[in-house]
Amino acid sequence: MTPPVRVIRVGGLLSLRLRPRPLLVGTGSALLALAMAVLSIGTGDFPIGPADVLRTLAGGGSSADTFIVDQIRLPRVLTALLVGGALALAGAVFQSLVRNPLGSPDMLGFTQGAAAGALVVIIVIGGGSAAVAGGATVGGLATGALIHALAWRKGLHGSRLILVGVGVAAFLSGINGYLLTRARLQDAQSAVLWLTGSLDGAGWGVAALLSAAMAVLVPVLLIGCGRGLRALDMGEDAATSLGVRVGRQRLALLVSAVLLTSVAAAAAGPVSFVALTAPQLARRLTRAPGPNLLPSLCTGAALLVGADWLAQRLIADNPLPVGVVTGVLGGGYLVGLLAAERRAGRI
Amino acid sequence: MTQTGTRLQGSDLTLAYERRTIAEGLTVAVPDRSFTVVVGPNACGKSTLLRALARMLKPREGSVLLDGQDIAGLPAKQVARTLGLLAQSSVAPDGITVADLVARGRHPHQTFLRQWSVLDERVVAESMAATGVADLADRPVDELSGGQRQRVWIAMALAQQTPLLLLDEPTTYLDLAHQIEVLDLCAQLHEEQGRTLVAVLHDLNHAARYATHLIAMRDGRVVASGPPGRIVTAELVEEVFRLPCRVIDDPETGTPLVVPAARRRRRGRGRPLIPGTDPVM
Repeated sequence: MTPPVRVIRVGGLLSLRLRPRPLLVGTGSALLALAMAVLSIGTGDFPIGPADVLRTLAGGGSSADTFIVDQIRLPRVLTALLVGGALALAGAVFQSLVRNPLGSPDMLGFTQGAAAGALVVIIVIGGGSAAVAGGATVGGLATGALIHALAWRKGLHGSRLILVGVGVAAFLSGINGYLLTRARLQDAQSAVLWLTGSLDGAGWGVAALLSAAMAVLVPVLLIGCGRGLRALDMGEDAATSLGVRVGRQRLALLVSAVLLTSVAAAAAGPVSFVALTAPQLARRLTRAPGPNLLPSLCTGAALLVGADWLAQRLIADNPLPVGVVTGVLGGGYLVGLLAAERRAGRI
Repeated sequence: MTQTGTRLQGSDLTLAYERRTIAEGLTVAVPDRSFTVVVGPNACGKSTLLRALARMLKPREGSVLLDGQDIAGLPAKQVARTLGLLAQSSVAPDGITVADLVARGRHPHQTFLRQWSVLDERVVAESMAATGVADLADRPVDELSGGQRQRVWIAMALAQQTPLLLLDEPTTYLDLAHQIEVLDLCAQLHEEQGRTLVAVLHDLNHAARYATHLIAMRDGRVVASGPPGRIVTAELVEEVFRLPCRVIDDPETGTPLVVPAARRRRRGRGRPLIPGTDPVM
């Protein structure tokens, strides 16, 4: 017996359908993300207890605590939350559009493309965080155009898109490696770190840029395209029959998802596997068919903040870049997926 | 210029995919409140015509008119409230229940803020009752039989509440009992609810039995159209399907029943099936 769907109705104008399980998963992940954020703010060379963290965030707390929290830790953790949410949302959109769990922007080369764009700005052109973000956006969109040109055969079909995407990702990784060799020695070290996916040096500039981008893109996706994406789940013919303007919605969805990926990559480098695993995790938890956009976003935020906390604590006195942890977690997830498919006899 | 008594028509259509032209100068009108069936051999253009009428395919020339206006220029939502399509290629999302899938049919009547009105709930319940899937409401669609699944898709199309319903080969892959079940349901929707149905069927006898208006196509042209009782003759079947036959009255319904000629009589007309043997034996 499925749990009853709750409906909220206000007059004849508003009626909202609330499914208890996805709501629970979304709220649960969001709370977990915030809890991990508080823990993470307290972590570092100068540990601060959770109670003190909360006090400092509320406005009280010693001047040393306030400095560390406000100037160093808070922007970093905020960036972690936003990057995790952005990547997960973009991943959910992509995976739903191509109807394949491997069709994720980090598998298809978008994060590497955005990283390439950012690296070109950092190493070749030179510029501040706004220029880097611009470079990342251009890189992501250019990658989109390239994949579209190579993979399009009367539509973007699953396996061809994945093959082209993986190929482009490999190609771009090579480009990024080459760009590294062009960097000055002192830049190269931090660039390598950044390429793994790192939240080091994520200051208020980055966090503000990311917030602004998400303040636009997240409503566009959730409110503007959410229903269309759910209809597209049933195939293009069914969606057209239901009155969805398929071409327009698909373009809006793809461009928004690529922009989200690019901005996230500009902030924290090409963080691997969050876009791939967070939507899958969210789906397994909510057990609801469909894109699961909001639960994915919350799960992604919790995942990345958790991974960052782990990365800082794992090896004593040696904080790792967050990309290492997400890489290991993501790799583990794929192995688990492989084992499950094997057990089910599908491969 | 629109014909009286028709809401959906194709005027001078040229339909093509990439380099292959399927039909040229095709003009077709769907009589209002009819159960129209389009028949023809493989690759005659019947599915292509249906897709063009449902605005899935943009005609290279000519236009499809809905209520006298070019369908390509009408707002998508307005068309979605007038015309529904049961496509062959629809995919049920993983793990979705029957009730949820039928509810998706309410999409053109909903917005971001109006997600589930009292009317939506009522229409979905009525649609499920009309198609006999109400007791399957909580079951995952993946677990259902072919016939049941097809009825669920029809329920979804019903929930869209469109006066015109287009069905692309709704009985393919179903066994005979389920085929008749689906066609009986369509007849019921046509007679009791007064909807206009346009279906592509591959079985000529089913088409002759259920249709009130038949359109026979070959090579992208309409060979004949009209009530089955009038147009289904042995000559027509020979011309459209290249099949010698005789046409009798269906003992159950009185509609035309096509009985293909026996192998021996057919063989006498042409080359031997096995080279070197006598064609008559």
